[in-house]
Formats: sequence, C-alpha cells, structure tokens
Amino acid sequence: MQFLPELTLLGASLIFFLVSLTDSSATRVKNIAILLGALVFGATLLSYCQESILFYGAYQVDLFSQIFKTLIAGAMCVVLLFGRDLKGISNKVRPEYYLFMFISVLGLMMLVSSIELMSIFVALELSSFAVYIMVPMRDDSGRFRMQMEAGIKYLLFGVTATGFMLFGMSYIYGLTGSTQLPVVIEKISLLYTQPAAVVAVLMVLAGFFYKLAIFPFHFWVPDVYEGASNETTAFIASVPKLAATAMLIRIVTMINGEGQVIVNVLMVCAVLSMFYGNLSALVQKDIKRMLGFSGIAHAGFVLLGILTMQLTGYANAIYYIIGYVVMNLACFLVICTVSKDGENVLIEDLSGLHQRSPLLALTLGIGLFALAGIPPFVGFMGKFMLLTGALQEGYLLLVILAAINTAIAIFYYLSVVRIAYCSDPEGRDTVIATPLTSVVSVALLLIITIMGVIPQRFLDFATSAVSAML
Amino acid sequence: MDQLLIHPDYPRILSTLIFLPLAGALVLLFVKKESFARYWTLGITVLTALLSLVLVSNFDRATDKFQFAEQTMWIKSLNIQYVLGIDGISILLVMLTTFIMPLCVLASWNYIKTRVQPFMICLLIMETAMLGVFMALDFILFYILWEAMLIPMYLMIGIWGGPRRIYASVKFFLYTLAGSVMLLVGIIWLYKTNGGSFFIPDMMWQEYTLTAQVMLFAAFFLAFAIKVPMFPFHTWLPAAHVEAPTAGSVILASVLLKMGTYGFLRFALPITPEATLLLMPYVLWLSIAGIIYGGFTALAQQDMKKLIAYSSVGHMGFVTLGIFVLNVNGIEGAILQMINHGITTGALFLCVGMIYERTHSRELRSATGVGKYMPIYVTFLAFFSLSSFGFPGTNSFVGEFLILAGAFEHSTTLALAAIPGAVLAAAYMLRMLQKIVWGGTDNPDQSWITDLNLREIVILAPLLFFVFWIGLGPQPFLDLIHTSVVALLDQFNSYQGQAIAATELIVH
Repeated sequence: MQFLPELTLLGASLIFFLVSLTDSSATRVKNIAILLGALVFGATLLSYCQESILFYGAYQVDLFSQIFKTLIAGAMCVVLLFGRDLKGISNKVRPEYYLFMFISVLGLMMLVSSIELMSIFVALELSSFAVYIMVPMRDDSGRFRMQMEAGIKYLLFGVTATGFMLFGMSYIYGLTGSTQLPVVIEKISLLYTQPAAVVAVLMVLAGFFYKLAIFPFHFWVPDVYEGASNETTAFIASVPKLAATAMLIRIVTMINGEGQVIVNVLMVCAVLSMFYGNLSALVQKDIKRMLGFSGIAHAGFVLLGILTMQLTGYANAIYYIIGYVVMNLACFLVICTVSKDGENVLIEDLSGLHQRSPLLALTLGIGLFALAGIPPFVGFMGKFMLLTGALQEGYLLLVILAAINTAIAIFYYLSVVRIAYCSDPEGRDTVIATPLTSVVSVALLLIITIMGVIPQRFLDFATSAVSAML
Repeated sequence: MDQLLIHPDYPRILSTLIFLPLAGALVLLFVKKESFARYWTLGITVLTALLSLVLVSNFDRATDKFQFAEQTMWIKSLNIQYVLGIDGISILLVMLTTFIMPLCVLASWNYIKTRVQPFMICLLIMETAMLGVFMALDFILFYILWEAMLIPMYLMIGIWGGPRRIYASVKFFLYTLAGSVMLLVGIIWLYKTNGGSFFIPDMMWQEYTLTAQVMLFAAFFLAFAIKVPMFPFHTWLPAAHVEAPTAGSVILASVLLKMGTYGFLRFALPITPEATLLLMPYVLWLSIAGIIYGGFTALAQQDMKKLIAYSSVGHMGFVTLGIFVLNVNGIEGAILQMINHGITTGALFLCVGMIYERTHSRELRSATGVGKYMPIYVTFLAFFSLSSFGFPGTNSFVGEFLILAGAFEHSTTLALAAIPGAVLAAAYMLRMLQKIVWGGTDNPDQSWITDLNLREIVILAPLLFFVFWIGLGPQPFLDLIHTSVVALLDQFNSYQGQAIAATELIVH
C-alpha cells in the first residue's frame, strides 16, 4: 500500500511496453494513457495517509511525500488530458512516448520519497533520462530538426548538473560518513564552519536548481521549451518542478543557522533568476520560450520562500509552486489546443483569440494575469505570501527587488493578453476546444481563482506537509 | 476594533452592495441575448444605487468612526480580515460610484454594438472593485481590489476603445501597476512593524521613525499620484480617456481618479503624518503645476475628449491642493470637489460621447455649430461647462471656493498661484462651448443631426440636478463629511503636538 503509486506507474509502463509491441490505433493508445493516468492518480489518493520507511531507510513515505505524489499525479493527468492528441508526436512512437512519460513520473515520485543520497540520485536520473528521450521524439517532418538540438542540450546540461550533484554527494559522504539524510543532517550541522560542507551542500542543490531552472542552471530552458513538442514542454514545465521544489526544501532543511553563506548564495541565485528570466522574456516571440523564461523568474520566487528557512516560508514556496503549475498548465492548455499540427505557437498566432475561441482566450488571459501576480488570482496570493515571509525575516532589499520584477514581468504577460484580446484574427481560423478540453480549462480557472480567494485551506495543507517532513 | 460601528438594522449592507454586481456579472456569463444583458445590467446597477440610499439615510453624522462595519477573518495565518466600513471621507464616493454606474450602462446602450455581454460583465466587475476599494478597511483587501480593477478597465479600453486603444490600454495598465508594486512592499512593512495586522485603523497614528515615514510616503505617493494623476505622472490619462469608450471614460474620470486622492486622505495623512508635513510644500507646488499645466494644454486641444482629459488634470490638481493645505476648508473642499469633478466631468464625457455617436468624430471642428440643431443638448452642455470652471451657483464653485479659502488660510502666495488655473478653466471651457454651440462661418453641415432622445436626457438630467443641488445647497453634503474631516485634522494636529513634545523631552 505504501508503494502503490510507484507500483501502479511501473505496471503502467509495462503495459505501454506491451502496447508498443502491437500495432494499436492512436485513439486506443490515448484512451489507455488517460485511463492509466487516472489509475495512478487514484493510487496516490489511496496511499495518501500512509506513513512508513522502506528499503532499509532509503525511502520515506510520509505526508510530505504523499502530498507531492498526489500533486505530481494530478498535474500529469491534466497534461495527459489536454495533450491527449499528441499532435507533435508521430503515431508510431506514441506508446513509447507514454512509456517514457510514466517512467519519468515514476522517477519523480521516487525522488520525493528518497531520503538517501544514492536513491535520490537514481530517482533523479530515472526521471531525467526518460525526459531526455521524450524531447527528441517530436515529429516535425524534417523541418528544422530543432528537437534534436533541444534533446542534446537538455542531456548535456542535465549531465553537467548531475556531475555537480554527484561531486557534492561524495563530499557529503566524505564529511559525514553516511548517505542517509537523517544522519547527514545531524552530522553536517556541526560542520558548517568548514568550506567543504558549504560547497558540498551547494553542489547537491545544483542538481535541483537544474530541474527547477534556477540561475545559473537555467541555460537549457529556452531551447528545450522551444524544441520539444508542445505537450512535452507542458510536461517539463510543470510536473518535474513540483518534485524539484520538494527536494530543494528537503536539502535546504539540512542547513542550520551557521550556513548563512549558503543562504546568501541562494539569495543571489533568486535575484539573478528573477532578473534574467523577466528581462529575457520581454523580447521573446515564441510563446513557449517566453513561458520558459518566465518560469526561470518564478523559480526565483520559489527560492525566495525557501531561503527564509522558516516553516511558513517552505509552506509558501509549496503553495506558490502548486499555483505556478496550475497557471502554467492553463497557458499550455491553450498553446496545445491552438497549435494545429503540433507546430510551435508564436505570440502573434494568438491574434484575436477572443473571437476565435472565447473560452481559450479567457483561460489564457486569466492564466497570464495570474502568472503576472494580479489579484484576485493565485499568483498574487503566492507572491504576496512570499514577500511577506521574506520581509518578516528582514530581507527588505530582496523584497524590493522582487517587487520591481513583478512590475517588469507584467509587460510581457500583458503583451500576450493584448494580442489575444485587442487584435483582430486577420483571417486565422477559429479554434475548436473539445468539450473535454473545455472542462479541463474551466477546472483550471476555478482552481486558480479559488486558491487565490480562499488560500487558507491550501496554506494549511502546505504547512502540514512541511511539518510532517521536519 | 473600537473604531468600528456595526449598524443594528443593516449588518451586511456593504457586502450586499459589493457582491450584488458581481453576482449579476456571474449570471451574465450564461446569457446569450444582448438586449437581456443590457436590461439586466441596468437593473442590477439601479438596484445597487437604490440600496446604497440606505447608507445615506442611516448615516450617523455625529461620529467619525467607521459605520455599517463588517468584520470576518479571511486568511487566518496572516491575520488578513474581510473588514468593511465607511466614514465621512468615503460615503460620498460610494454614493457617487453607485449612482454613476446606471448612467454608464445607459450611455453604452447603443454605443457598444459588439460583444455586449462581456462589456457589461466588465462594467459590473468594475463596480464591485470600485465599491470595495472605498469600503475596505483591511489593507490587503484594499490592495487586491485596487489591482483587480485594472483587468476589466484594461479590457474595456483595449477591446471596445478607439483606434489607438492598444497603446492607451497598455500604458494605463503598466503605469498603474508599476506605481503600486512599492505600495505592496510598504503594506507588508507596516504589517511587520505593527505586530501582524493589516487592519487599516491600527496602522494610523503610530510612531514610525521619520525615515520610515518618508519611505512609506514615497511608496504611497507613487501609487496614488499616478492614479490621481498628478503632474508629472499624468501622461497615461489623456491616452486612456481618449481611447476608452464613453462608459470607460466616465468611470475613469468619475471614480478611478478619486481613488488616488482618497488614498492620500485615507493612508498618507494618518499613517505618515510627519512625512506629510515635511513633504507637503512639494506636493502643493506639484498641484499648482498640474493646475496651470492642465489649463494651458486643455486650451490647445482640438480633440474634445483630450480637452476634458487635460481639464481633469487641472481639476484634480485643485483636489490635491485642498488635501495638502491640511485645514478643514481645504479638505472638505477637496472631498466635495472630488464629487463635483465626478459629476461634471462625467457629464462632459457623456456629452462628448453623444456627439461622437452621431458624427463618429471627437474633433472639435466636426462638432462646430450643432447648437442650431441640438438645442436640448447644448443647454445641458452649457450648464456642465459652466459648472466645470466653477461658475457661481454650480457645484464646482462651492468646492473650488472652499479649496481656495483653505489655500489662503495656508499661504497667500500659494492661493494666488492657483488663481490663474481658475481663469484658464473658464477660457478653455468657453472656447469649447462657443465652438460647439455657434461655431464660425465655416461650420460643416449639421442639419442631419438629431437632438437628444429620451434615454440621453434621462442620462444627463440627474447629473444636472446634482450640479445645482450641490451648487445651491451644499450643506447636506458637507454635513456628511464634516465630522470625519475634523477628527482627521484633530488627530493630525495632536499627533504633531506629541511628536514635538517627544523631541523636546529628548533634547532636555
């Protein structure tokens, strides 16, 4: 029971392996994927309140991990639902595509439960390698083959980050003589006066910086977002970020009051991520690239919550990343639906969307306004909580810089809304959202609004998750 | 929480007023028929206006506390509450909002031809947000509504606006948002300093250090001065006014601009009194600059909407002048002038909109000499123009008189510097009036133009009624605001006394 979601995922992957051997129609593969996704989600719900330690202390099942598993499964289901047509993936490789997607999710779920350095590493690699293969699976009919470039870039940067992480882990093992996180935490807390401990922790963090796309491990983002198919990008932009945040929190809780140097580094990374992401997003023409850069900026905000090293700060970061994933999924839903044959969507392709499809325009509009942090949506509440938390810890300058970034960010979000709402279609076709897509988009809109208007319950939820882990 | 008075008979009246338009907007989401959308929105706004009469008739004029208060915990972990209440400073603004909205709906009746339901939804959401801003007593609630209203207003300008609507709407949005991000930082700082409370009355009259006060004042000033808009932050206003549809212009002029001055009164004065005193001269001279600048630019405009927009800059300059002379006459005049400006400028935008619906041009040239064919129209226009430059017997005269009286009390030089503004106002309004009514020898052929229909008369008549009511008998209006203004100034002066006493203690 404690291991049910992971077993379900494993089983699902095997089913896809079998499906890939037969010659199945696209519809059937699609239905199987959605069904299995729902099963996985159900499994996470079933094992929601479990608690135990498995595999000789390498694997901890607690509220923290189970909440994240549920969120990961939920986000995956949403991606499966609105990306079910897989316009950018050739018919032949769809079962394989789903196989790797499920394996990647399996890796992510294992990641949030791992409390041992080696299992963290294995889980992270499992999730990454599957995605490395998903990226070049895009079928662009030999046009630019940019998916290959994206795949290679993703792989190389990923391997580099992993190298950093492994190196850091070896330091940690050298310093503490253990790979078990509980033991490591206890021993390393006495060692923060030594530079080696600081370097070790920072290097381990690098691996998750890469997943969350925080400066200086963000370089892969724009090209991979652009090169991967829309559905893959939707997946990369949402699901792994949940797990990465969970792991960042897990690692950062290792740091105690003497690790101020690490906090300073995190601060610099947060500010640079925000400025780099927002300033680069200003000039983008491809909406996926723009969302990629905006994702870097949002990762900086998440870090703002984590670096306060307070229970509320972690809870705010979780609240924020959940909100971010929902808002991002809302935007990607629109991108995937607007894109006719899986091609990339330029910002100007969204011209007159409010006439071509009012619901999609509303989804995009609210998603972007929420990302920009305009109340009453979740983006505002999240930012506000993060700023409050950081100011309570006395980071006034950091808060002012973050506020300035909010003002910069509004420009590019608004320019997309402007295109969607204030321009004419100029002969572009109407976009038809199927009823299922419409239902998903309305559900996402409701979540964005409800989380923004009555955040208390969600905050309690996030707080209980964190306190379960501490 | 002793600053709140809960009314025994109407404990939930403010929430009802706020949420009624929102509920109306939700219903419209499911409506396909355009004519139903129009009547429905009109019904909802009229109902809100009628309900708001309860506020005036039950308003206790003898207390400076927040009345009709409601208080519920909203976000517990941060101690954010849903607190509403109105006092003398806000009641007239609430009334102005509820009464201007039905007129906006009527003004959009034929003007808005495409996508009627979304437009009406925007109008209703605007009403909710605007009422909420004037009623909110929790700073976060205030901030949320203050920012949230940008979205419907942006869409109103951006979708239904004129040819340069995209430029105007983006400029409006960016300016206002950029101005208020530092306000958020200020709010959080106040929260932290006050031991974790966003309750606005708790933040007032506290002993913050002077440096902190100056920083806070700067944050307030940036947010509110852009909204007012004060010279030199006014450049978004002409663009937004000109491109917005009539209803949008009216809402902008009548209500949105008042939020800036309301912000000064509600936040800047009570929260940062020392900084206010320190920076007062600069703000006063900026106001004078705005008055003169607005007057001269208005004089040169060929576009009627632009003319009125620049006149707004001048009029709002008078309002900020009245607020920052910090005496009873000045502030009462300022509050009254906010209402007057809402009525008169709103009416003038409606008048321009009516011409625009006929000629499809806002150029003064194409509207010359319509007086011959539109006698009813020019009668209305004449009275509103007279009111706009403060002709005795009209509403603006009372407001400007009080403000100038307050300014003279403060400093003769300052008051004398503001006088040319009043003269300029007469010059540009009479120029416009003369051209529209009579024009010259080269008038375009206007014989095909029809005079106002019943709907349009119904829009303008109530505004004219208030022009004369406030102009001839302003006492009931002043009674509503007097107690709160006196209390605000009393506290301001006693705070200063305390501060001086404290410094003396340290010195000795």
